[in-house]
Amino acid sequence: MRLRLVPEQTNIDFFKYRNATLGASVVAMILAVVLWLVMGLNFGIDFKGGTTIRTQSTQAVDVGAYRNALQPLNLGDVLITEVFDPSFGPDQNVAMVRIQAQEGQESVSSDTVASVEQALRALDPNIAFLSVESVGPKVSGELIRTAFLAVAASLAAILIYIWLRFEWQFSVGAVAALFHDVLLTIGIFSLFQIKFDLATIAALLTIIGYSINDTVVIFDRLRENLIKYKQRPLQDVMNLSVNETLSRTLMTSGTTLIALTALLVLGGDVIRGFVFAITWGVVVGTYSSVYVAKNIVLFLGVKRDWTSPGADKGNQFAKTDA
Amino acid sequence: MLHIPLWKRVVIWGLVALGLLYAMPNAFYSRVETHNDALVAIERQGSTPEREAQAAVWPSFLPSSLVNLGLDLRGGAHLMAEVQVADVYKDRMDGYWPEIRDALRAARDQVGTIRRLDGPPGELRIGISNPDGMARALEIVRGLARPVTSLTGVGATDIEVQGQNGQLVVTLSEAERAATDDRTIRQSLEIIRRRVDEVGTREPTIQRQGQDRILIQVPGIGSAEELKQLIGTTAKLTFNGVEGRTTDAQADPGARNLLLPSMDEQGVYYIVQQTPVVSGEDLTDAQPSFDQNGRPAVNFRFDPTGARKFGDYTAANIGSPFAIVLDNEVISAPVIRDHIAGGSGIITGNFTVEQSTQLAVLLRAGALPARMTFLEERTIGPELGQDSIDAGRIASLIAGLAVLVFMWASYGLFGLFANVALLLNVAMLFGLLSMIGATLTLPGIAGIVLTIGMAVDANVLIFERIREEMKTARGPARAIELGYDRALSAIVDANITTFIIATILFTLGSGPVRGFAVTLGLGIITSVFTAIYVTRIIIVTWFERRRPKTIEV
Repeated sequence: MRLRLVPEQTNIDFFKYRNATLGASVVAMILAVVLWLVMGLNFGIDFKGGTTIRTQSTQAVDVGAYRNALQPLNLGDVLITEVFDPSFGPDQNVAMVRIQAQEGQESVSSDTVASVEQALRALDPNIAFLSVESVGPKVSGELIRTAFLAVAASLAAILIYIWLRFEWQFSVGAVAALFHDVLLTIGIFSLFQIKFDLATIAALLTIIGYSINDTVVIFDRLRENLIKYKQRPLQDVMNLSVNETLSRTLMTSGTTLIALTALLVLGGDVIRGFVFAITWGVVVGTYSSVYVAKNIVLFLGVKRDWTSPGADKGNQFAKTDA
Repeated sequence: MLHIPLWKRVVIWGLVALGLLYAMPNAFYSRVETHNDALVAIERQGSTPEREAQAAVWPSFLPSSLVNLGLDLRGGAHLMAEVQVADVYKDRMDGYWPEIRDALRAARDQVGTIRRLDGPPGELRIGISNPDGMARALEIVRGLARPVTSLTGVGATDIEVQGQNGQLVVTLSEAERAATDDRTIRQSLEIIRRRVDEVGTREPTIQRQGQDRILIQVPGIGSAEELKQLIGTTAKLTFNGVEGRTTDAQADPGARNLLLPSMDEQGVYYIVQQTPVVSGEDLTDAQPSFDQNGRPAVNFRFDPTGARKFGDYTAANIGSPFAIVLDNEVISAPVIRDHIAGGSGIITGNFTVEQSTQLAVLLRAGALPARMTFLEERTIGPELGQDSIDAGRIASLIAGLAVLVFMWASYGLFGLFANVALLLNVAMLFGLLSMIGATLTLPGIAGIVLTIGMAVDANVLIFERIREEMKTARGPARAIELGYDRALSAIVDANITTFIIATILFTLGSGPVRGFAVTLGLGIITSVFTAIYVTRIIIVTWFERRRPKTIEV
């Protein structure tokens, strides 16, 4: 008895709720942008500058007491959060202390860190400082630029590659789907105020990589079917292609999600944000390759044939949706 | 139909074996590490029976390169330093002054008397009393300019001279600045490397980043603060004549003198001559030691030039004090009792043993050419690193196991074939990582887990395709062949796009993110290889033995 995620033969009409799915995607994207603008992102020190100190103690973490202890130091914005993780032992109490970048200092001076450590040690003699990280405003500004550049460069590279391998409509569709995935991920990070740092950017790029992987497999099949079924309408051929690859799409998403879930639960809190972003991206990316990318291609493909008949030299898809 | 030539089989299994061979040391991590450390120790400090025994724990004919663990896994310190390259301009202009002065003095009848005026750092301003001699003065100073010795600066000279309101303004030219900056960074790199090496830690990373930055990562060091003290100190040592001693911080030291604070005595200042008698550059050796009262001190020895200068000075100034100055602070100002001829001496002060050891290290390694500011500091404790390794290991095991079971449940026998390939894939990934000496970081572990999840993709594509081809093709052999052929273009396209992303991540990312990009990128290579070649060879071999009439995928 084999495990089958989808029946042997599926014939789902993926365009049946085209308006609803595309509408939902657009609404979700707008919502993500609104969330981003209204709530903002919880930037880590990589992008904002400042210092984070990770503490660990056998005593329970009292965030209020920590805050009071640090109050007299006049460090400006201090954020204290307790960290929970299933992998922690019973007397392992972890907190993160984040201090804003200090006026007139490139990276937070060792005196500041020492005074914070001293104040916390006075409160809890068993406290240990597992990591201290400090980034100056100069570097954080550059990191934001590099991160933005990395995402833009990835999208551009994919746009060009898909264009070369397929047709320009495909590359626009693929990049629109990627854009959708990236925006929704930023939206969820904004909604839950998850720490957004360099690792999140790496996660975003991974999402782009995963989602394009999915999209390309469907496109590949679509190209093959378009050559095979020259007379069938584009929409039917697309449905056929998605149905044929559906089993693979869900299998791969399944194995990837299984692996990611293990990492999400057991991988520790240090990379939880990173893994969460990728997991979310795999779900969104699978959805977008099935629903977003080919809707755009359908839209563009139809439109192009209407406006410039016969002008598409060497385009094997030009006549298929007539 | 289904036929793989022998040479191809040999090459494929050969590559797999090579990957496994290189991955093997990682399974015996601590043992191989002991072996490697012992080899380094033998090379540096000579052989001892103990070290030989440690080296023998791993046979030398086996590969011994390991995957390096990143800072976030091993614990240690990370610093991003910006070298203040402009510091050097001032020294360069100061160095030019005597030469320019002598040249202008020789033409005194035309330019009149000359004097140096105050100007911004990196600029030499000279006043001349005869404004009509300006053209001549410019000509003389320009004549002193030397060609720039760098590839990009061909044809340019090192200084630029302008006349402004009866003043000569000398600055370094653009090309010379670029050449100087480059030299400054390279010197700084070299000196930092020497200082870090003196501490003897394992595999430090010291890299130039961009124009004027240096990235320093030292695993195993207690904190970034410790590292900063080691490399952040300029360690410019000079011996200067003392003019006086005062408690007034605002005292006017007078021309060509400096007012410097004392290191140990609060509120005490020394007026010292600006031009040092000897400097740290003339040192050949410095060692921590103890003075006659048993207090920590530093012994030093001058090279012949330094020894002669120091000897001459002490002979001429018996009875007067001289100052030992480190980074603009007076360590001590002993009185010269005797002519010191041998070229060696001792620095005493209120040192602890650690301080004297560190000072000796700094003096041996030499002074940094310019100050450094630190833009980024990170300290990761070893416990946190160990926690991350443990969590990562468990998560990878569970993830791998779950994927194996899932594949077996979905594709039966073919799933098992894919599973063998998956295990070989992970082993080969580790082999590749060790071979190129890559660094494994926490996001890198996530990259491996992600690879485990995605590696099966290529096999899934092929198996799904075989299932489809089974419906139309004549016989299982044909279906398998078509499955592999027709799935190839999707596999290639899908993986090339992901590989592009990994490349971009590697180029633009840093530290842990780069570690992720490396595992992701190499994971794509190994997974495509195992999916296309290794599973194929397994399936074909199985098919040849069994010759099944039908197959169930």
